Amino acid sequence: MHNLTIAQMIRELRRKSFSSVELTEHFLQRIERLDSQYNSFVSITRDQALAQARAADARLAADNAPALCGIPLAHKDIFCTNGVRTSCGSKMLDNFVPPYDATIVENYLRDGVVMLGKTNMDEFAMGSSNETSYYGPVKNPWALNCVPGGSSGGSAASVAARIAPAATASDTGGSIRQPASLCGITGIKPTYGRVSRWGMIAFASSLDQAGLMTRTAEDAALLLNTMASFDGKDSTCVDEPIPDYTANLNQSISGLKIGLPKEYFGEGLSEGTARAVEEAVKTFEKLGATVHSISLPHSHIAVPAYYVIAPAECSANLSRFDGVRYGYRCENPQNLEDLYKRSRSEGFGEEVKRRIMVGCYALSAGFYDAYYAKAQKARRLIQQDFVDAFKQVDVIMGPTSPSPAFEFGSKGKDPVAMYLEDIYTIATNLAGLPGMSIPCGLVDNKPVGLQIIGNYFAEAQMLNVAHQFQQNTQFHELAPAGIQ
Amino acid sequence: MDRSEIEKLAHLARLEISPDALDEVASRISNVLALVDQLQALDTAHVEPMAHPLDAVQRLRADTVTEPDCRDAYLAIAPATENGLYLVPKVID
Repeated sequence: MHNLTIAQMIRELRRKSFSSVELTEHFLQRIERLDSQYNSFVSITRDQALAQARAADARLAADNAPALCGIPLAHKDIFCTNGVRTSCGSKMLDNFVPPYDATIVENYLRDGVVMLGKTNMDEFAMGSSNETSYYGPVKNPWALNCVPGGSSGGSAASVAARIAPAATASDTGGSIRQPASLCGITGIKPTYGRVSRWGMIAFASSLDQAGLMTRTAEDAALLLNTMASFDGKDSTCVDEPIPDYTANLNQSISGLKIGLPKEYFGEGLSEGTARAVEEAVKTFEKLGATVHSISLPHSHIAVPAYYVIAPAECSANLSRFDGVRYGYRCENPQNLEDLYKRSRSEGFGEEVKRRIMVGCYALSAGFYDAYYAKAQKARRLIQQDFVDAFKQVDVIMGPTSPSPAFEFGSKGKDPVAMYLEDIYTIATNLAGLPGMSIPCGLVDNKPVGLQIIGNYFAEAQMLNVAHQFQQNTQFHELAPAGIQ
Repeated sequence: MDRSEIEKLAHLARLEISPDALDEVASRISNVLALVDQLQALDTAHVEPMAHPLDAVQRLRADTVTEPDCRDAYLAIAPATENGLYLVPKVID
């Protein structure tokens, strides 16, 4: 059952090959049996899942159920779930049980989707390896001595290990695409504002975007249909018409113009990854696409601009954790300042504290223009590169990550080495564009991801492009050794 | 970044750094600042700062009540409360 795609599960549920309760029980048992090797879940919501599955079966019997009714799904532990602990991978929120659901959680509940549990992640989504989680690192199902990527490492590993059919995730600088790449699955980060941020614990609000981890582009399209909505409760949500993302999947991509930015194929890119991406591009040429060399001349300043903007916004967002209203509180505070300082110092991990301090520095009096305002101007230049590129091409392609999954601890203690892991993904967040990663090969038996960047609100086109690739290749069907 | 600058920054962020960790924190933060200092070489004359990718502006809504009373639900998850209020150490003697 766990090898079926969601598209297949939808059909089999309606053929009564199995019920949602049976499907849900199957995945719950796989999680309970196998996840001790991966550590991809921080909470398993067995009782709620089975109750939701029973309700879904009743709706399916009545024959007017939404497409996704009865499909099990895991949520990244960044999305607030009413009555279910939402930790964001942090000691700070280890005891936090939200009194409400995030909008996207509500959307899935409305359509009868079953929540299996909550997935592990880098603390407050700050990391590219899942090593900063309070609950310990997630292991990559392809190589247990390697990281799954981050920050949505638990979502990626659970889908790769076939212990969840799909998972929600979030992407601030690559946190969906990079782990999808390292775990050999399909990940999509929609356009900024396409999906509600309400109830998604904030890291850097002008960059954060919720999205999905699935095995196929078709599954991503089915799930995005429910996830995308206009939400008045999110002031940056964009009120644009939402198409049926499955409608164009089978369209031919003959004549598609693909841009390859020369900056994404230079120094720092591993040979194996470069080769796999070049092979993937040849496949697209066989399908009738044309390939064009393009330039995104400000690519080199994306990482520096990001590490001003993201920490600045994080320092503001995370000021809400004060030990007063919810979350961790230190023992025996001597006074209010002691309460704030010790609650925050004991509740946050090292990387989170570092980013808060960098952000405070960038926003402090006298430095604002030199850092934050400067980075926002850099951001405009990066966006303009993409606007110019999309005058010539339909989609942009390149590697998602410089190399396949790396070993735990291999980036050392210098945070900058880890930051460069997202060198190809960060610009997309700064520009607010949608991006995907799909598997396109193996190097030393570890997956390589192809990144697809689309124009604003061109999710349907990106999904069509990814689906056509998957109809003509088998990379998305490969499973890690030992997973049958 | 020296030790005293880190101490000042930590205070601004309402964080506490133990004295024996100060040097290490200073060196890591200095590395990050060296990375972001690459921005200084960029010519940004006549470039407008970008706050929202789609240059969206704040939406207005009708001035109507949309939220129910959530006080009990919010207080239930607080570390310490008394008589329906959040409890903190004494602020004024």
